[in-house]
Amino acid sequence: MALLQEHGEDARPLAGGQSLVPLLSLRLARPSHLVDLAGISELGTIVVEGDHLVIGAMVRERSAERHGDVRRLAPLLAQALPLIGHPAIRSRGTIGGSLSHADPAAELPAVALLLDADLVAQSSARGTRTITAADFFIGFFTTALEPDEILTEVRIHRPPPGTGSAIEEVARRHGDFAMVGAAAVVRLEDGKIADARVALTGVSGVPVRATEAETVLDGAEPTEEAFATAAEEAAKSLSPPADLHGSSAYRRHLAALLMRRTLKLAAQRAREAA
Amino acid sequence: MSTFDVELTVNGTSRQGSVEPRRTLADFLREDLGLTGTHLGCEHGVCGACTVLVNGEPARSCLMLAVQARGADILTVEGLATDGVMNPLQQAMWESHGFQCGFCTPGFLMQITALLAENPNPGEAEIREALSGNLCRCTGYESIVNGVLRAAGHDGSPIEPQH
Repeated sequence: MALLQEHGEDARPLAGGQSLVPLLSLRLARPSHLVDLAGISELGTIVVEGDHLVIGAMVRERSAERHGDVRRLAPLLAQALPLIGHPAIRSRGTIGGSLSHADPAAELPAVALLLDADLVAQSSARGTRTITAADFFIGFFTTALEPDEILTEVRIHRPPPGTGSAIEEVARRHGDFAMVGAAAVVRLEDGKIADARVALTGVSGVPVRATEAETVLDGAEPTEEAFATAAEEAAKSLSPPADLHGSSAYRRHLAALLMRRTLKLAAQRAREAA
Repeated sequence: MSTFDVELTVNGTSRQGSVEPRRTLADFLREDLGLTGTHLGCEHGVCGACTVLVNGEPARSCLMLAVQARGADILTVEGLATDGVMNPLQQAMWESHGFQCGFCTPGFLMQITALLAENPNPGEAEIREALSGNLCRCTGYESIVNGVLRAAGHDGSPIEPQH
């Protein structure tokens, strides 16, 4: 961290390298110094602290994917991890690296947002601070981290009983960054929706919560029609970017479809969990 | 440019070198150690040709810097055969015609080695999932999947086409 402070914006922290090294290869990033975080063993652990799962920023995606506590305490994260790239990418790629890179199409930022994760950052000048996921993602590949700061851990609260989750995405090819993805968490109480949350990737510079859908579903019956209506309603306000892979209208269509599917699946899993 | 000393184990042998920090593991293996079995296709982590095992886990050697591999145990395609005799996976791939031009083969072999170490009896879907990050422009993948099934102890008869 002292190195990051010394070299300022000329230095970049290197986590798993699965995003930064391609940027170096393509000469899209040309830092004069790389600070390898792999030597900091404290960043590589997964621990349970009371109701929180605390994941070190340098935990490799593949090891998180295999970890029993992740499956038990953060099922949405466990569902999201296999969707990232390919096995060889996940064996090097890290949880903290993906969050700090903040690709708008990436899975983990949306998961962190949806689960209200707390992201802990540290710098040698100012010590430690906690940033909520909602405040962490600022824009396209941009986070609240200062140049001399690194993400050290992610804290995820255990889901309350009766909660189900799901994540799905549509990509051109298996393992590619998705055009659009949706993640949903639904909690049922007495057969009604007590809490529904849904987040989207690929529709904006940052992962976004579909708050219109969430409000509509609050207290509603978890029926297929309710989810479809909420998803359609929430999709109307989106203006996703268009590119070679799909128009804005197509992405809006995918967003509605994926919100509906993940909400339905999450509700089904919530019923099974209850 | 300053250099860093790198000491690591490659295919069971301790190796060392002195590298610029920008040197990738793939270039270190090929240029400094002369192990040209690891192929470089896209050089930015898409094609999978440069896949090696790092401490038993598959990794793109073009997306790792040599300095990041200090102290690591690396297995490359050169480490599979013993005294010129192919290992069972290589033999099964050979029998299934699991390659044509052979450029992607080292990456496939290393990824499959990792798959079979974790799951000695994978089904076709699991094989396709595990190999989804390795590109082959010749075979259409059928013969590669057949090779893995054969290596995993299935009889190696052609799989039914999927529709």
